[in-house]
Amino acid sequence: MKLFNLSQQHIIPAEEADPVSLAELKEHPEAAYAVALEPDESAEALRPFLAQITLVVLHFPIFRDGRAFTQARSLREYEDYKGEIRVTGHVLPDQAAFLRRCGVDTVVLPDDDDQTEWEAQLKRFTITYQQSIAS
Amino acid sequence: MKQPVGHYAYESRDREFLQERIAEFEDQVKRRLSGALSEEEFKPLRLMNGIYLQVHAYMLRVAIPYGILDSRQLRKLAHVARRYDRGYGHFTTRQNIQFNWISLEDAPAILRDLAEADMHAIQTSGNCIRNITSDEYAGAARDELMDPRVHAEILRQWSTLHPEFTFLPRKFKIAISGSPEDRVAARFHDIGLLARPSENGPLFRVFVGGGLGRTPVVGQELFDSVPEAELLATLEATLRVYNAYGRRDNLYRARIKILVQTIGIEPFREAVKAELAKMDLSHYRLTPERVAAIRARFAAPELHAVDDADAVLAQHQKEDPAFARWMQSNTHPHFDEGYSIATVSLKTPGDIPGDVTAEQMDGLADIAERFAFSELRVTHLQNIVLGHVRKDQLYALWQGLKELNLAAPNIGLAGDIVSCPGLDYCTLANARSLPLARKLGARFGDARLQEEIGALSINISGCINACGHHHAGHIGILGVDKRGSEFYQILLGGQAGDRASIGAILGPALSEDDAVAAIARMIDHYLAHRNEQESFLEMVTRLGKAPFKEVAYETV
Ligand code: SF4
Repeated sequence: MKLFNLSQQHIIPAEEADPVSLAELKEHPEAAYAVALEPDESAEALRPFLAQITLVVLHFPIFRDGRAFTQARSLREYEDYKGEIRVTGHVLPDQAAFLRRCGVDTVVLPDDDDQTEWEAQLKRFTITYQQSIAS
Repeated sequence: MKQPVGHYAYESRDREFLQERIAEFEDQVKRRLSGALSEEEFKPLRLMNGIYLQVHAYMLRVAIPYGILDSRQLRKLAHVARRYDRGYGHFTTRQNIQFNWISLEDAPAILRDLAEADMHAIQTSGNCIRNITSDEYAGAARDELMDPRVHAEILRQWSTLHPEFTFLPRKFKIAISGSPEDRVAARFHDIGLLARPSENGPLFRVFVGGGLGRTPVVGQELFDSVPEAELLATLEATLRVYNAYGRRDNLYRARIKILVQTIGIEPFREAVKAELAKMDLSHYRLTPERVAAIRARFAAPELHAVDDADAVLAQHQKEDPAFARWMQSNTHPHFDEGYSIATVSLKTPGDIPGDVTAEQMDGLADIAERFAFSELRVTHLQNIVLGHVRKDQLYALWQGLKELNLAAPNIGLAGDIVSCPGLDYCTLANARSLPLARKLGARFGDARLQEEIGALSINISGCINACGHHHAGHIGILGVDKRGSEFYQILLGGQAGDRASIGAILGPALSEDDAVAAIARMIDHYLAHRNEQESFLEMVTRLGKAPFKEVAYETV
């Protein structure tokens, strides 16, 4: 497993992250700094804990399931979350710019994944039609 | 180049964007061919660029934003039809055009050719915000409150590759009208917008959760008066709720209408308001400056009516009864006394509804250039409207249409049939719809008969996905599969517009010929028993379906 960095922010190395679930976080908030949200869990549920959280991991069960875009954007826009947002699961390089624009920093990729598509895709569009969290 | 009348004039950034999008798609095709993308992964990506795999070949659906084309663009479509297809195209109920016989390898080249005329296929399919549709009489009709097309363009831009809403639970259709008549069927869209002016700028009435398809639902009012400044914020908020909570486990339960139905309009509205409360509205404000900047890229037609236009027109009508009949059914009042709105019927009796040959496209482009400021509007009933025609030139226009075999005088009448492509093209179909459309078109082809029958809409879909809007037709026809043969269910009493309602199923499905005969008997029954001035739909409303059912099944 390796990370592709979309935003060029400082990121937490893949081997260090050990995210807990939302339920675990609620039960044992002490010392947790990384949390994994399921697609049907809302960003708002993290509000009481965000001061201590530096990594939120969002999940794509399949690339067509776009709920993580709304979760990421909500974390940035509504919760003013400044830490790292990472996505796992089935994502395509074709989604790179959308992810970045919704505030996602990193993508978890298989070790053998060729990152050149991701690089190319990030540079593809110089023109966009909406304002967003990041350009 | 002069700015086009009726639609937004691209600037260099819009053209650059199209080139970037085409390069992306070309790369996706390459990755598919190399195997880097699986078919499962490629499918949603190609759909987002309008490419379907149909029964016999790939189909390309080209976007016609808010239905407006200029002559230059129509000529480009003619070129695509000739060079890459079999010499014709098919206008759809979503104001788009489809080419049914293209090859995947040609697709990037076609997109490049289209881009030369500022056209594309972006978001004409897929689970994203689709092409924004609008009122075919926009900016021309006498009853219009405001021209919705500037806002339609703003929505087009806002929805183009929206980072958050490109992988929605299901497709999302938005329509906008500025007429009190609701000519866009606003209540049959995921979001329908009715715009009106006020002292403090435009206001938008917002409907949500309407749609046809398997579960036809009439949309409900979400907000009565959204100010222009908050239009984009309101749409963002609505889509956010849908993207987070719309169902994704069942394709047939994934449209926003199901979400609204399940939780109820009141809680849905509260959820949208809760989003709005969390948003910094200043950030999303649609400013008057922004609206003005978009408006400045629309040219208005310079109307110069001649004094004796009415007299000239009256003389032409007197001399030529066929022209007079066409005037009666195919024109609509323009806000300028010296002009008319003319509708070109793409329903020539016996032909496929909405099909146009490359020659007809070129001919129409010439006619629009000569008589209508080079502007054409594709309607959701699969016809073409010329928005501003000088009354004294209508006769010459009609003669030109006759030469193209496009002068059928049947707008709003029995021959103006709406039909989906059905089993001839569509992989989802249960039954063919085009042969039925042709048979009915021929059965009621006689202009005098149609005039006598009066207002009547017939809509045909080849399966319950309802692309032919069969629930919204006065007479709806639905293709069903009965133990491997094609059968047709008849519905009665549907309508779009202000009093939108869903047609009721009449009885057991019939074979193609029996369905045509049953419909003919219902219409005969209407002609024999109607009250004075009563339309078919009014009679159905008055008497209910029972008497029609009786005659329909008389011999079966
Ligand atoms: S209604 Fe059915 S058959 Fe007709 S085009 Fe739509 S999906 Fe295909």
